[in-house]
Amino acid sequence: MQFPGLFNYWIAIVLMMAGFYMVMAHGNLIKKIVGLNVFQVSVFVFYISMSKIKGGTAPILEPGFEVYSNPLPSVLILTAIVVGVATTALALALIVRIHDAYGTIEEDEINAQESES
Amino acid sequence: MAAAAIGMIRLRNLFAVVMLSGIFSLSAAALYVVLDAVDVAFTEASVGAGIATVLMLSTLALTTTEEAIKDHRNMSALVVVLIAGAVLIYGTLDMPFYGDPMAPIHLHVAPLYLRDSIVATGVPNVVTSVLASYRGYDTLGETTVIFTAAASVMALIGRGRRKVKHGVPEGAPSHGYSSMKPHPILRVTAKLLIPAILIYAFYVQAHGDFGPGGGFQAGVIFGSTFILYALIFGVDNTRIAIRGWVRRTMMASGVLIYAGTGVAALLLGGNFLDYSALLHDPVHGQHLGIFLVELGVGVTVSGSMITIFLIFAGQDR
Repeated sequence: MQFPGLFNYWIAIVLMMAGFYMVMAHGNLIKKIVGLNVFQVSVFVFYISMSKIKGGTAPILEPGFEVYSNPLPSVLILTAIVVGVATTALALALIVRIHDAYGTIEEDEINAQESES
Repeated sequence: MAAAAIGMIRLRNLFAVVMLSGIFSLSAAALYVVLDAVDVAFTEASVGAGIATVLMLSTLALTTTEEAIKDHRNMSALVVVLIAGAVLIYGTLDMPFYGDPMAPIHLHVAPLYLRDSIVATGVPNVVTSVLASYRGYDTLGETTVIFTAAASVMALIGRGRRKVKHGVPEGAPSHGYSSMKPHPILRVTAKLLIPAILIYAFYVQAHGDFGPGGGFQAGVIFGSTFILYALIFGVDNTRIAIRGWVRRTMMASGVLIYAGTGVAALLLGGNFLDYSALLHDPVHGQHLGIFLVELGVGVTVSGSMITIFLIFAGQDR
């Protein structure tokens, strides 16, 4: 097996698991959002690394080039990134509201306040 | 990147975590360039490393910058993560190797796009033509999602809190964003940079057919000039420079331009979003249609980004 082989997928998986761990193990809501972003980027890396063809160039047609990398993952991920930041903004807005209402952004402190009331 | 990710897990200071996530995004963008996805790299650099980081910093300013110290339930999470990772890695053993031109992903529609898109649309950048024409419905949906997200942010924290702000006396430094006002170097540099960045945004918008770029990236760059302005000259001045109704109109009119292009094609005898019906020559029609919908995307994205940022930055603690 030559070097890159399946290594690109493994990197994506390591990043994905790092994000997953951050979402699960941390009670802080902002940290959870950062974790979700890492998770998201790992999926992007996965898609984009699939689109690469050895010896290919960016999919902008020019005379003199024969092999182009696959444009389709680029299209999907391009829109996903912008949608991702819009949803992140929404999540952050919710966090600001939660901080207003509870005075904290730690998950268990919010749960404790909920069970008290 | 893996190092940045692990650093983000370990660090407890949220400020450092957010900065690391910006670095993480930027290195992801560099990786995309290596992987030939220049449009994606462009978007990631402007959105992930730029806007997302700024928004997270704004949230930190409104909430707290330290994470509470807790160590329970980490083991169970770690076990779940390790098992899931192992299963996924086992799953990759059947996957095609990196860069393999015979991988299934490269055998179906992609060659069709690469071969036909230049003939059908006259646009050399295949990513743009697929984005705006072949997959026009998707992109319309995504533009609407961005519009909806920005509108939801407005609904959540835009109104109501602004009333508090009127209580602050005029000219008082109500929040941290105005604190850069007395720096003459920053002000002069910003004045030089902002027009250049704006022109660059328009270039990216119009040149998206031929090189990397397009509505999404241009919209973000356009929005970032106003964010830069707000950082240097204060949020209140930005609110005067670009009024609320202008922002809201931009957000809505972009989606309208996009959908209107589709309806125009419908009225001229084609299908919805079938740009070939727009002009007599189908190829020119496609080109015009792609330009119009990219414009719609750009207007919505920039309006949404400016709105979201100003709402976050305009909050009082």
